[in-house]
Amino acid sequence: MPHVARAPTVRKESWGNYHLVRFRAPEMAAAARPGQFVMVRPGETTAPLLRRPISLHGRDGDELEIFFQVAGEGTALLARRKAGETLDVLGPLGRGFDLDIPLDGKSACLLGGGRGIAPLYFLGLELAARGARVKVLYGGRTADDLPVRDRFEEAGLDVACSTDDGSFGHHGLVTGLFEAELAAGRPDVLFVCGPDSMMRACAGLAARLRIPAQISLESVMGCGFGACWGCVRRIKRAGAEEWRKICEDGPVFPAEDIVWDGEG
Amino acid sequence: MADLAVDLGFLKLRNPVLTASGTFGFGTEFAPFLDLSSLGGIVVKGLYYGPREGNPPPRLVETASGLINAIGLQGIGVEAFAAEVLPELRRRGAAVWVNVCGSDEEEYLRGISFLDGLEGIAAYELNISCPNVRRNGLCPALRPDWTYDLVRAAKGRSRRPVVAKLSPNVTDIVEIARAAEKAGADGLSLVNTFLAMAVDPETRRPRLGNVFGGLSGPAIKPIALRMVYQVASAVRLPVIGMGGIMSGRDAVEFLIAGARAVEVGTANFVDPAAAARIVREIEAFCDERGVARAADLVGTIKI
Repeated sequence: MPHVARAPTVRKESWGNYHLVRFRAPEMAAAARPGQFVMVRPGETTAPLLRRPISLHGRDGDELEIFFQVAGEGTALLARRKAGETLDVLGPLGRGFDLDIPLDGKSACLLGGGRGIAPLYFLGLELAARGARVKVLYGGRTADDLPVRDRFEEAGLDVACSTDDGSFGHHGLVTGLFEAELAAGRPDVLFVCGPDSMMRACAGLAARLRIPAQISLESVMGCGFGACWGCVRRIKRAGAEEWRKICEDGPVFPAEDIVWDGEG
Repeated sequence: MADLAVDLGFLKLRNPVLTASGTFGFGTEFAPFLDLSSLGGIVVKGLYYGPREGNPPPRLVETASGLINAIGLQGIGVEAFAAEVLPELRRRGAAVWVNVCGSDEEEYLRGISFLDGLEGIAAYELNISCPNVRRNGLCPALRPDWTYDLVRAAKGRSRRPVVAKLSPNVTDIVEIARAAEKAGADGLSLVNTFLAMAVDPETRRPRLGNVFGGLSGPAIKPIALRMVYQVASAVRLPVIGMGGIMSGRDAVEFLIAGARAVEVGTANFVDPAAAARIVREIEAFCDERGVARAADLVGTIKI
């Protein structure tokens, strides 16, 4: 059950605009699934007013991790939190990745772009625990946009990187890296989170190669639990398109159900 | 312990705290966070007779201590509400108010006729004031004659109390309140959101898909409070006040200004247990000051 916790932060790491915060919330940690998110209150006053949706990045016993990039006033305030301070967190929220699929012995390719890498660490560990062979493809604009790449390696997950400027790993987009990796074998399933343009390209590739893909969408949210109807996206259901809530019906959707801007 | 019950004349409430339509979903979304039966009432998201698609995103933008929304009343319609939502709300002991919408008078009346056939609804809040449905924020509550005609028609059809929800986007809200009173409304709720917009200076585009939206939250509280005071001073009908209420103290300000009950809105997003917390905070406010009944605060402003 989602609930509000005043959670003590136990660790904070920063790399420029990227931040990782670990907090202690036993009930939330027990209920959390990869692909879910939390709504975090940036401050105690009414400015900023709303909570900010942030992906769950990892779980370790009673503790959860969030990984985020400063994108505005709210996340800038959150970035100033120090270890030992309290975090006002609501969660876990949303429908995470669908793991009710054959995974044992299967190969899973995880594509993350920029801050979109956030949910893929939690997911990668869970997939590995279920017997899947996990390959993580992590793309960023520059080497500085790949701050958590070491964490994947340290956790024993196979990770390859790409940068738009060639400063680290494959020179080009993460979709290019994916196509290069295809020579080594075709994955059984794709999991994607990143900027819209990247997710759209991945959805196109998945459709062309007939590989099932799950895509985690991002949106500004009012509440995070389905009450405000503010975070909708065009999604296909039963042959028709409708505005569905990213917070409650997602944030993860099958790639083929997402209607991209200008389509439909 | 102060007595929190309030009497609206047409209906007695357990306490003066309701939830504002559009900010509380259909109520069931909040069941993990609070006891729905602990509130004075819940006003569910505005319902048209049929399902409604809503506006294209972006639908939300946060501004200084406020939120502009342009949801466009996306919703499931009264039939799905009756089948899928109302039974659970009744099971949970909620005092249910339905916010009734329509794109014309006929649709309002069809909605009321259908809802009148259901049990377990306490009252209707007639949404004559949503700014997001027609371009430029036009709605019946912008004109006294439109307000009069629609409220009169709704009262003629309804077997339940009808509360008219007023728009603040008018020159003289008292004139509109009087029109609703003359038409036979059982009560008035105010204010709906303020017509607003936000611009992205980089792209030079509006930040909302609908261009305009409705501003809510603490930013509007002083203006809402002034309007509640003006209307409560001018009409005999019970007034339900709302606009940026985040705490028990905020709610008490509205009671003192003349509201007999309040609706909690945007606060529900920030703190999903806000409405229940505000009930407790009103009680504590009364207890600490020796106020025996929350109703004793109503209209006690000293001017």
